[in-house]
Amino acid sequence: MVNLGNFFYTLGMWLQGLLMRAGLSESGARGVFSALVAALLPLLALLTAVPLIWLERKWIARLQDRMGPNRVGPFGLLQVFADMIKIFTKEDITPLGADRVVFALAPVLAVAGVLGLWAVIPFAANAFGVDLNVGVLYLVAVGTLSTLAIMLAGWSANNKYALLGAFRTVAQMISYEVPLVLSLLVPVLLSGSLGLNGIVGAQREVWFVFSAPLAALLFLIASQAEVSRAPFDLLEAESEIVAGFNIEYSGMKFGFFFVGEFLHSFTMGLLGATLFLGGWTGPGVEAFPALGAVYLILKGTFVYFIFVWARATFPRIRIDQMLDFNWKLLTPLGLFLIPLLAVVNRGLSESSLWLRNAALLGANVLLAVLVLIILGMRGRSARMRAASTVAPAPAGSRR
Amino acid sequence: MDNAWSVVGIFMIVAIVLPGAALIVARLLGPKKPSPIKQQTYECGIETVGESWVQFKAQYYIYALAFVVFDVEVVFLYPWARAYGQLPLFATLEGALFMLILAVGLLYAWRKGALEWQ
Repeated sequence: MVNLGNFFYTLGMWLQGLLMRAGLSESGARGVFSALVAALLPLLALLTAVPLIWLERKWIARLQDRMGPNRVGPFGLLQVFADMIKIFTKEDITPLGADRVVFALAPVLAVAGVLGLWAVIPFAANAFGVDLNVGVLYLVAVGTLSTLAIMLAGWSANNKYALLGAFRTVAQMISYEVPLVLSLLVPVLLSGSLGLNGIVGAQREVWFVFSAPLAALLFLIASQAEVSRAPFDLLEAESEIVAGFNIEYSGMKFGFFFVGEFLHSFTMGLLGATLFLGGWTGPGVEAFPALGAVYLILKGTFVYFIFVWARATFPRIRIDQMLDFNWKLLTPLGLFLIPLLAVVNRGLSESSLWLRNAALLGANVLLAVLVLIILGMRGRSARMRAASTVAPAPAGSRR
Repeated sequence: MDNAWSVVGIFMIVAIVLPGAALIVARLLGPKKPSPIKQQTYECGIETVGESWVQFKAQYYIYALAFVVFDVEVVFLYPWARAYGQLPLFATLEGALFMLILAVGLLYAWRKGALEWQ
């Protein structure tokens, strides 16, 4: 009997059967099928940008007490299509001094780097582009591509503001890459697998956000910085460097940077859901594996909402604050968190699941309390120093 | 799956072709009326002075050095994180010790004032 719940698998088997009846060998049919998946998944990923842009604009509007798009179509749903028509028919201007090839390559790379991440995200137990055995390393490698695209854009435009934006991107990328890679190390550490499906499988009982909440927090902050959205959007700070790296871009090329940014943010949400919120696991996925995709998208949208929330809430931080925050808080925290978790996890590998996870959570809480105490002490001493260096007001003057 | 990387290859090619094709379509649809004024470098109405591709002070140079150290070392830790469960406890402690040495290195750079933005 066909298991209807196993939707993706059944669909795949049916397609492969169809191809085999058309005269292909079994391995040939499987090859054609995986090629088809590999070709369709990026298209699907790119199309997700359409609802995302609407969703984010509505959310941001709600958080800022506005209406958001509400003119074109019901609830402004068609606004994105209107924008697309407009942006497709805009003139594509390349400044005379620009490096034309790199200038055209940058927006393509900005989107391609994000789409590439979708190859390894497991949507259900047996629905994924490809289950690489080095999935997490692949994420680290491909995830940097879109940041490189921003550097290329800033450099190729031959504009001083764009160049400054690119400079800031480099400073930001080389900083926040470290806590991001450290936080990605934690799911690998806890699951003993570098493949994303293995990591999801290890979270059937307990999600990693409960056994390693600090790592999830590191991932959240570092990926927000990696996507370079507010409060980390220094590379396009309007009040300082006009529009930053994308100042010379127009038309579809400009649009692609935005599509890339929205999509990157959502993809990071999906990755956060996969690595820390149990991915496609949830009640009923054993009977109906297709439900896993629904769970993953719901969880991913939840993480994405946190990104949007942070974007709407925090003001942009200064570059020295940003680097201090990374090098003096996040990186040391990651460097202490990982050995702690490794020792606890290895030391209790024989004991029961709940005891081990409770110990991991306890270790996280302990480290968090310690960090908060140290931060409090440093903050107090900094305030004391600031208070003692302020010159006393001249006698008679009143403030 | 033995052809996993060929799937990734097709995936990346499609991922590059899709936006590329969209750019070409946009180029065909949009108007093309270039003029020297329009194609000037936009610097808020002030005429551009000199090239932009100049040597510029890279304020984050020290950070870049720290990045090279930490990122490479952390990527080096991935195989350890994958396999420490099957290795004796000694391997876990050694990995932990390695990370603590890295942390001390960071502390050293901090005390030396390498992590200050100038």
